Amino acid sequence: MALTKAEMAEKLFEELGLNKREAKDFVEAFFEEVRVALEAGEQVKLSGFGNFNLRSKKERPGRNPKTGEEIPITARRVVTFHPGQKLKARVEAYAGSGE
Amino acid sequence: MTKSELIEKLAQKQTQLTYKDVEFAVKTLTEQMAQTLASGERIEIRGFGSFSLHYRPPRIGRNPKTGDAVSLSGKYVPHFKPGKELRERVNGSDS
Repeated sequence: MALTKAEMAEKLFEELGLNKREAKDFVEAFFEEVRVALEAGEQVKLSGFGNFNLRSKKERPGRNPKTGEEIPITARRVVTFHPGQKLKARVEAYAGSGE
Repeated sequence: MTKSELIEKLAQKQTQLTYKDVEFAVKTLTEQMAQTLASGERIEIRGFGSFSLHYRPPRIGRNPKTGDAVSLSGKYVPHFKPGKELRERVNGSDS
């Protein structure tokens, strides 16, 4: 089972006593602020978690995998995520636990 | 934008919550996300993206100082795949 916004809102309800509506709105606002910053071309750094960076990609040749037809992949701006040291260490520890 | 700037922005908008509440809420959410990945579970946020773990197989590495070979065990690393809305908004192509 993956973590979703619903479970995150549930957590805020349990930990802060926000009502369900407030908790749901808060989780939505949290991700929206991150999107707004990235949309404005700004890097987002969440300590203890990781950084969201922006990369500008130039146009490059591509192919329609179905038809084999050559079509250019247009220039675009993309988001990349770089986990922080702390998160990397915690996730690696999970690998050490056997699965 | 740093975590404290994010807290600042949310505090200005969530006027029914105190600054302290917003700070605690943001820390609670980021910790929950980190904890989820640390326990090997995925995160799926519609319109934002999904976080999962990618496996890196064991390999022979080298100590860059001494040149000695060291065997490194397999490990998991966090991976983020941006969702459709985020991809489009960042690329300025939402139409």
